[in-house]
Order: sequence, then structure tokens, then C-alpha cells
Amino acid sequence: MADLRINFAGIKSPNPFWLASAPPTNSGAQIHKAFEAGWGGAVWKTIGAPVLNVSNRYGAWHYGRQRMLAINNVELISDRPIEINLREIAEIKRAWPDRAVIVSAMVESKPEAWRDIVRLIEDTGADGIELNYGCPHGMSERGMGAAVGQVPEYCEQITRWVMEAATIPVIMKLTPNITNIVLPARAGVAAGANALSLINTINSIVGVDLDTLELTPSIGGKGGHGGYAGPAVKPIALNMLAALGTDEIVSKSGIPISGMGGIATWQDAAQFLLLGASSLQVCTAVMHYGYRIIEDLCDGLSNWMDEKGFKTIADVSGHSLHRVSEFKDLDLSYRAVARIDADKCIKCDLCYVACNDTAHQCIDLISPQGALVEPRSYDVRSNGKRDAVETRPQPVVREEDCVGCRLCYNVCPVDDCIQMVELPSGRSEVTWSELSEKQTQVTEDWETMKAYRERVGIHIH
Amino acid sequence: MESASSVSRDIGQALAEQLPPLTANAAAVEADRCLYCYDAPCTHACPTHIDIPSFIKKIATHNLRGSAATIFASNLLGATCARVCPVQELCEGACVLGADHKPISIGRLQRYAMDYAREHRSYPTVKAAPTGRSIAVIGAGAAGLSCAGELARLGHAVTVFERRSLPGGLSTYGIIALREPVDIAIEEARMIEGLGVEIKTGLEFGKDVFLATLQKEFDAVVVSAGLGRTPGLGIDGEEAIVDGLEFIEASKTGAAALKVGRNVIVIGAGNTAVDCATIAKRLGADRVTMVYRRTDREMSCYEHEYDFARKEGIEFRFLTQPARVVLDGSLPIGLECLRVELGAPDASGRPAPTAVQGSEFVLAADQIVKAIGQVKPSLAAQLGLETKKGLIAVDASFQTNIEGVYAIGDCIRASGAASTVMAVQDGKLAAAAIHQQFAQRAEPVEVN
Ligand SMILES: Cc1cc2nc3c(=O)[nH]c(=O)nc-3n(C[C@H](O)[C@H](O)[C@H](O)COP(=O)(O)OP(=O)(O)OC[C@H]3O[C@@H](n4cnc5c(N)ncnc54)[C@H](O)[C@@H]3O)c2cc1C
Ligand code: SF4
Repeated sequence: MADLRINFAGIKSPNPFWLASAPPTNSGAQIHKAFEAGWGGAVWKTIGAPVLNVSNRYGAWHYGRQRMLAINNVELISDRPIEINLREIAEIKRAWPDRAVIVSAMVESKPEAWRDIVRLIEDTGADGIELNYGCPHGMSERGMGAAVGQVPEYCEQITRWVMEAATIPVIMKLTPNITNIVLPARAGVAAGANALSLINTINSIVGVDLDTLELTPSIGGKGGHGGYAGPAVKPIALNMLAALGTDEIVSKSGIPISGMGGIATWQDAAQFLLLGASSLQVCTAVMHYGYRIIEDLCDGLSNWMDEKGFKTIADVSGHSLHRVSEFKDLDLSYRAVARIDADKCIKCDLCYVACNDTAHQCIDLISPQGALVEPRSYDVRSNGKRDAVETRPQPVVREEDCVGCRLCYNVCPVDDCIQMVELPSGRSEVTWSELSEKQTQVTEDWETMKAYRERVGIHIH
Repeated sequence: MESASSVSRDIGQALAEQLPPLTANAAAVEADRCLYCYDAPCTHACPTHIDIPSFIKKIATHNLRGSAATIFASNLLGATCARVCPVQELCEGACVLGADHKPISIGRLQRYAMDYAREHRSYPTVKAAPTGRSIAVIGAGAAGLSCAGELARLGHAVTVFERRSLPGGLSTYGIIALREPVDIAIEEARMIEGLGVEIKTGLEFGKDVFLATLQKEFDAVVVSAGLGRTPGLGIDGEEAIVDGLEFIEASKTGAAALKVGRNVIVIGAGNTAVDCATIAKRLGADRVTMVYRRTDREMSCYEHEYDFARKEGIEFRFLTQPARVVLDGSLPIGLECLRVELGAPDASGRPAPTAVQGSEFVLAADQIVKAIGQVKPSLAAQLGLETKKGLIAVDASFQTNIEGVYAIGDCIRASGAASTVMAVQDGKLAAAAIHQQFAQRAEPVEVN
């Protein structure tokens, strides 16, 4: 059986799953319950500066039947008195010595303030500190959270203050509300942080209520941007994670990264690991379903690792990073076409309309007699299930015209019905970099491009 | 043996609409399940070709006004159709999710949108300018109402002549209340009136109004008179047999007049027979037996109706042919039958039933109901209209052999199952054809 234990910058936990610093880690009683359920660690809800919270602070993005594809919040850091938090942190660590107890902190941007909070945290016996440079609302208006995270120099400065004071591992948490995620990560490396974590929540407005015309959620008639998290943000998080893993400075430093942002299933978790995370943090999925989801997170991950022959989390971590590429290094000669499995196809024709309206017009409708037909070509007097089903044409890809864009594959509601099949392109492998280096004219002039295409046989209809 | 007794049961309760309306949440869940197929097969299968994915999508986006309008655009009698359509054979039968999952409940979603329209009076309106043309429609059943409404939408003046005191045809008088309560059919007719159509009830064509007069006063005449009563069986004691159509009608409109026996035999195996048997069962009969001379394989009722009947506890006697009503005075006490053997396929393609001589046996019964179809329209002969298989013959534009006289609905349905939604589509297509002939336009009017 796979070994799920991790040692993350010296912080050990029986599995890679930590509760992210958020409402699920608000109190000792909650974390106690979470550890009973099997969570490997918890990053305590951020402690630090005094705050007051508001009602209606969680908004959510629902899509179709899926509730809470993402949550949006304007909750601030912990509003519980700091002594209570510190006491409970100490109690939890004593009760659960094998679990990772990390404390998230955010204070004013003054060296004394950071030194003080580090001392208070270390006194609890906690395993590590996470620096909250991410909170995108409220705290940032007071010069904390994202106001720090968005300026690499501030990140570096504050982290230096912390590193001078801290004796336990320090994780610097990054905000995604920045153009280039690599810059604050490098600042963390430069300041000597022991680890990075990402992503914090994304600036967002969930919507406007069409009855009241107020923002949703409405806080006494007003609303504003809040932090966005949950399954919907996963692709953004994965991209930022991969950006760090492929950045020379960050990756060479060997700094470990705790990944988060929309992890809801073990599959999500595995993907974060493959792209370089070595610990994982979860929030929205737990807020949706409770602590119990840890069971399948561990069970599923472990079964998958066994199947794939991964023995430890470290084996998985970063395994797919070498697959991350820039566009210029992709093989322009790689060719795939869509193929529809007529036996599996239910003829919803969603692929047909997607391709014909918005892609490359290369899916045809073929009648049971083999004739090319237009949509709605039945007679107005034809009706009944037999007519409808028996005369319904089959969508078929014209492979010679298919550019392999994959849109149909994405819209098909049937598992494994449309496949992207690799076909020989008859052209030798070439990347844009190589082209621009060796045949510069082709990449700069349409006429030369035309001639090149004709020569190698690239037809765009 | 006891005679048929009047039941003082609460009919409203026993025959109340079978399916409850979908709750808002159930409708939203179901609407979201729809894949929103392109050129959807359900739309093809619906005889009126309602843009089903669109009206369902509009339920999903809470645009119920738009959803209802989408339905009305193709089918003015969407409220009735949502309830009475044999959806398993039509829209839902073609749903792409049916093969390995459950088809979308199209009928019930349609009803959800139609209920909204009724509650909010979100009905179609006439946008066309008056054309100065007028049309007389004979019969306010599904076909007539649909045609009248569509013609009104096109700007024509329409008068409907209806023999009965209430409009709606079989929707009002013939379709079991379990499927459609009377008030739905009446309200639908009121909606058609709202389009400017005048419905004159209590006037019988051929008795109170005549073709020659109508031809003079109107630019076109549409015959949508449906079919007649239940035909005779031609057996002794038939006068003691109840007409199934009258039986259903009494259950819908004249509850007090309805008499239900303890031990009821229903002769026939079509949908109407199932309806009669259901009413008898629900209104207190201890035993209800359907008698049919062929087997369950040849029954003309839909499979889902047969399943429904069995679940209701209705019994079946197949290969049994009624020969004589056994009477005690004027009251029935049994039905003498003959055993039947099936032979080679007959003209209908089904095995020909042959009664075995000397195989007589008696089934006890205190009430016998016959539901063996409806007689062909007598109007055809009266008006000198050509017929096909006894039904009024029409051309592709629903015109009869008399110019300017059209026919639609059950009275022309020579092939295929006669159903409300087919009648609605006839009405719509005929309206378009009449409009086109008026306009003398070369280009066709587009209908879906
Ligand atoms: C018992 C029963 C149950 C049915 N159940 C279903 C079902 O569940 N689903 C379904 O889709 N279909 C069902 N049908 C069939 C459906 O009701 C018919 O197909 C549909 O009503 C046909 O519409 P129509 O307008 O042609 O005829 P009708 O509904 O019969 O309307 C004809 C109208 O013309 C009037 N009329 C007749 N003669 C004259 C005259 N001389 N002058 C003036 N008015 C006249 C009649 O009074 C009537 O109002 C059922 C039929 C029956 C008999
Ligand atoms: S009218 Fe009848 S067949 Fe057409 S979509 Fe509605 S329920 Fe289905």
C-alpha cells in the first residue's frame, strides 16, 4: 500500500491533506473533529490583527445543479480573541502530536508586530507558520494580506523579518491576484522562506440579484469583491503551481510547495502532486460536505498510487512537471482528429452544433441510408418516436478537414464516445522556436508562410 | 345478482388528476438534466414539433413566460397535450437519455410551463392586422380550436360552431379526468376565445347551421367534427350495454348520473376500454374484466396503458368473443362468450380471430361497458364529401373535394393513432394552408 506520509519542510503529517486556513480551522473543537476524521494537518484560521466580521459573508457560484462550484467570501481573519486561539492551538498540538498544526498569521507590516506573533505562535508548540499575504478583501485595505502579496518587495521584506525571528518552518502563502505569480515566489526564496503555498483566493464578484438589483450576497444593501475558491478555480491554481515548478529560480531552490485551490477529490489532489505540490490544502470541499471527505481523499489517492506504482507522495510530486511546455516548444506537426464512436453516440448533436457554429465545420450528419443531410430535414408531418429515432442521422467527423481542435470531445456528454485519435501528419516534427530560428521569414511574413504551408502540406479551409 | 347501483363515492377524489404538478425544485432539477440537444429528436417526434430543448432551457433559466411562449408558438393546446399525449410513443420515447437512463419528463415540464401560463394569463396574442377574411369551424375539439386559434393569429375572423354545451370536444367529454380535468380543457378554449375567436355552442351543423349558408357567409369552412359514438356489437341484449364514451363523459361532467356496477365487464382493448375499466375500478367495482377477442399482443392500447391497467388490478380475458348479454328482466347478469382461436393474418395484418362454435360460456357481470372505437363521421355522406376508409378524404392542404371546405382531426385520421396532438397539428397546418390560399402567395408559409 502506498505510503501517504509527508515531511514538508520538516513538518510531518500522516497524509498530505491539510485543512487550509479558513472557517473549517476556526477553533480547537473543529480541528479536533477533523483530526478524528483523519485529516493529516490543519492550518489554523489566520490570527493576528483585531477584526470584526459581517453577516452574509459567503457568496457562491452555482452552475446548473452543481451547488457551490466556488465560494466567495468577505470573511476576515479570525475574529476570536487571540489568547483563546493560542490556548486552543497548544491544546490541539498536545492532543494530536502526529498531526501537522500550522498557524496562519497576518499582522501589521511592522517588524515588531511580526516578531511578536512568531513568538506567540512558537510558544504554542505549533509545527509551522504560514504567512497570509493573500486575503484580497478588508485586510488588504488595511495594508495587509494581498496588499503585501501583490508587491514582491514587501513579501521579501516581511518574510525576512519573520525568518529572523522564527525557529519553526515558515510557509509563505501567495496571492493569485497578481500578473506574474513567479515574482512573489522568488521573493520568498530570496527571503529564505522554508516553503511556499498557493493559491489564496481570487478577487471576485459573484453576481447581482435580478430582483433587488443588489450584489449577491447583499450585506445591508452593499457588496463587493471577495475571495473566490473552490472547484472552479482549480485550473488557475494548477497553472500557477506549474509556473513555480518550471521557474528556474524557484525550482532550483528546491523549496517545497503546498498546493491548494479547488481540491475536492483525490483526482484533484493527484494532479496537484503531479504538478509539484508536496502537501495539499483543502477548504471549499470541506465547507460543502464536511470533514468526512478525507476518507476518500486518502483512500482514492492511495489506490491510484498503488495502481500506478508510486510508493510515496514524494515519488508523485512533480512527476508531470517536465510535460509543462510553452507554446513555442509544442510540436506543430502533431496531428489528432476527432472520431465519434457510433455505437456509443446518443445523437444529441451537441458536437455537430459546436463544430459547425463555432469551430471548423467538419462534422456531417449522415442519414441511415448514408446520405449527407441537413439538420431538421424531416417532413413536418413526420412524427413519433420511431420516425424520430430511426431516421435520425449520425454525426460523423470529416477527418480530412478536422483540425483536431477538440471542441466536440469537450462537449460530448457520453464518456469515451468521442476520441482524439493521433494520426500521422506526414510532416516532420517542428516547433515554432525552431521555425523562427531556422526559417525566420515563415514566422514573420504571410506570403512566405503560405509557401511553407504548401510545401509541407498544411491546408486550412 | 345485484344490479348496477349508483355510486355515491367522491368521484373528484378517485378520478383526480393522476400526476401532481412538478414542484419548482423538481422542475428545475429535471430541466437541468436536459442535454439541450441540437435538432432534437424529441422535437421531431412531437407531432407539433415544439422546440422542446428551448422551452426546457427556459424553465432552467426561470424564463417561464418565454417557455410558455415557445410551446404556444408550435402548439396552442400545450396544456391539454402536456397531460394527454402518449409521451412514451412521442417526445419522451425519442429522448436520447432514454437508452441507458431515464428520458426527460417532457410532458410534465410542458405542463409546468403551461400551468404558469394559465396562472399568470401569459397567453399568446394576435399581432397580425385583420385580413378581412372569415372562416367557419365546425366542432370545438382539439383540431377545431387549434385551427381557429392559428387562423386568428394570422389575422382572420373565426367562428366555431359546436354542438355541445361546452367546448373542448373529447378533451372536455372523453378524456378521463385522471389525465385531464375538465377545467383545463375549458380554460384552453377560453384562451382561444381570447385570440378573438367566437365559439358558438349548442349549435349543430347539419341541423342548426348548414353548409350552404356557411359557404355564403364565410371564406372557408373547416370541418373538425371528430368521430361519433361507440358502434354497435350486433349481439342480443345490446340495449343493456353501456356506451363507453357516455360512461366516461358521465364520470367527467355528470357525476350523479354515473352508475358503476360491482362486477363490470368492459368489451374492447383500446385506450378507451382501459379508461372505462379504470373508472369502474376506481369508483368502486369489486371486479373489472376486460374482454378481448385477440391476445395482449394485438391490443391496440399503448403498452404503458396496459401496464397501468394491470397495476390498477384490472383483469383480462383474452381470446374471448361476446355473443349475447344474459339478462334478468332488463338488467344484465352476465355476458355469454365464445372461445376464439387465432388464424392467419387478416387484412389488418393481425391474426384473424375465429370463434369456436359450441364453446359458449358465461362471464357473470352486473354491468357491461363497450369501448370498441367510434363510428365514422356521418357528416361526410350528408355533405357529399369523398371518403377514405370511411373518413373524410383531404388533399395535402386538408381541402376536401369541395373547394373551400377543409377537414382536420379525428374525422380524417385514416391511418395512425388518432390523438389530440395530431389533431392540433392538423389544425395548425390547415390554418397555414388556408392562409396561404387566401394570400395566393407563391412562397410557402413556414410552419414547424
Ligand atoms: C375515451 C378517449 C380517450 C382518449 N384519450 C386520449 C389521450 O389520452 N391522449 C390523446 O392524445 N388522445 C386521446 N384520445 C383521442 C383524442 O381525444 C382525439 O384524437 C382528439 O380529441 C381529436 O380531436 P378532434 O377535434 O378531431 O375531435 P373531437 O375532440 O372529437 O372534437 C370534435 C368536436 O366536434 C363537435 N361536433 C361533432 N359533430 C358536430 C356537428 N355536427 N356540429 C357541431 N359540432 C359537432 C363535437 O361535439 C366535438 O366537440 C382519446 C379519445 C377517446 C375517445
Ligand atoms: S405536445 Fe405532446 S408530444 Fe409534443 S412535446 Fe408536448 S407532450 Fe410531447
